[in-house]
Amino acid sequence: MPGLSIHARQTFRGTAAMPLNSPWRADFPGILALQAEGQTYLDNAATAQKPEPVLAALDAYYRNGTANVHRAQHLPGDRATRAFEATRLKVTQWLNAASPAEIVFTRGATEAFNLLAYGLEHLFQPGDEIVVSALEHHANLLPWQQLAHRRGLNLVVLPLDAQGDIDLAAAATLIGARTRLLAVSQLSNVLGRWQPLPELLALARARGALSVVDGAQGAVHGRHDLHALGCDFYAFSSHKLYGPEGVGVLYGRSDALARLRHWQFGGEMVRHAEFQDAEFHPAPMGLEAGTPPIAGVIGLGAALDYLDGLDETAVAAHEAALHAELLAGLAARDGVRLLGAPRIALACFAVDGVHNADLAHLLGEQGIAVRVGSHCAMPLYERLGLAGAVRVSLALYNDGEDLRRFFAALDAALELLR
Amino acid sequence: MSELPPLAQQALDAFARLPGWEQRARLLLQWAERLEPLDAAERSEANRVHGCESLVWLVAERRDQALHFRAASDARLLRGLLALLLARIEGLDGAGLAALDLADWFAQLGLQRQLSPSRSNGLNAVLERMRELAATR
Ligand SMILES: Cc1ncc(COP(=O)(O)O)c(C=O)c1O
Repeated sequence: MPGLSIHARQTFRGTAAMPLNSPWRADFPGILALQAEGQTYLDNAATAQKPEPVLAALDAYYRNGTANVHRAQHLPGDRATRAFEATRLKVTQWLNAASPAEIVFTRGATEAFNLLAYGLEHLFQPGDEIVVSALEHHANLLPWQQLAHRRGLNLVVLPLDAQGDIDLAAAATLIGARTRLLAVSQLSNVLGRWQPLPELLALARARGALSVVDGAQGAVHGRHDLHALGCDFYAFSSHKLYGPEGVGVLYGRSDALARLRHWQFGGEMVRHAEFQDAEFHPAPMGLEAGTPPIAGVIGLGAALDYLDGLDETAVAAHEAALHAELLAGLAARDGVRLLGAPRIALACFAVDGVHNADLAHLLGEQGIAVRVGSHCAMPLYERLGLAGAVRVSLALYNDGEDLRRFFAALDAALELLR
Repeated sequence: MSELPPLAQQALDAFARLPGWEQRARLLLQWAERLEPLDAAERSEANRVHGCESLVWLVAERRDQALHFRAASDARLLRGLLALLLARIEGLDGAGLAALDLADWFAQLGLQRQLSPSRSNGLNAVLERMRELAATR
């Protein structure tokens, strides 16, 4: 890849000598249980532990009597529907969407991108272009790649600069007259940098192209005002945002949502059905076929309530301090090469002369839960010329002690391997 | 269970009494050095075992009727694990390979975690490939 480099040592300002404590750690039974088991959990970009209120919401929903949503007149059905729809409202407020009708529940971010790739298929003509970036997760790459195959479209890949940002100069020429859709990540799960979305979205808008933002990582690190951002679609997964798995959120601006065709068929999404024909609800109901993950959606509501109750500035400051400590520790070790120049949430690195699999093995033996491999971004790693890397990813409940244990384990592993 | 091949018995004696991860890792690195080498031509795409995150190659040949395997990898600890696998299967025929409980063997060595389903180091894929090769050679 022209540009994007693997950085050897850099200098970082030292962080405060005070140990970094997370005031929220005790809210997460999972992180405490793992700690008691000798496990240091630093794989938060893959999925996050859940706070007590989420566990309580799941338990209460089942314990007090479950029922299906949107179909029954009985009390339990009414209660389940209210709780379910209350989450839609919370998501609306969380994202500053114009109305709950702009929020579609899916089974995850991956399903949201697949929904879009099928639902928008009718808008594409052979020779049209879909633009993605070189850092996309498979979830926001393969649905578009396969749509391109189905319809005879060209998939255009935006290159990255040395830091790991989408190259805006290149984007300005590559997003062109034939571009019908731009699909880019807000925050890379490998490079840990906020992407220049306002500029990219302006380029797409100027060409009349639809825009899709992968918020799977971005949604976890800060609240985003989608009205201000101005994208057409935005998707994330509940499980990375401290909620249950099996739930995703797809935001679509109302005019953009209206352009989607129905893609899955069955109960709930249908208004009137005959043997030979049927009429369907508009979005969001029309895009939510079958029984949704009710408990999971309710649990996501509890996660948002929990996050809403936190001091946002304090969380951001804590995450930034942890990240600085992580970078400083990596920079202090010989032969450790960072991928790009991560700014938030995570860092990926490789060590000169040491195989990732060997590092993974020995970190695992020492109870360090980090991710090793190509992180669902194989084409990116191929361009970097790396088989994979080790990824340390942080959450608001991690603390300085987690990092200390990680670095002690890393040193012990490298001592053995070199 | 039938008697272990001598090299496997030696591995079992050495690994079974190790107290911690560090000693196990050191010994694995030593075992890694015992693999018979594969030359460049043998490290071919055709000999690659897929399903491993690291690169693994496996070749089989007949030596006095018995099937003999050699394996290589670019990851050092995996080379050690491969050496332990090869020690265990030495002299087994197709039926013996089919019956081998790999998880049990690594558990005896105190290395059970290396075989868990979330591991993609591919030891199970290697055993699968051995069974295939035994059936066709
Ligand atoms: C950037 C990014 N996009 C999309 C996804 C897919 O999320 P999910 O597997 O929850 O659908 C992930 C998760 O790993 C991700 O990191």
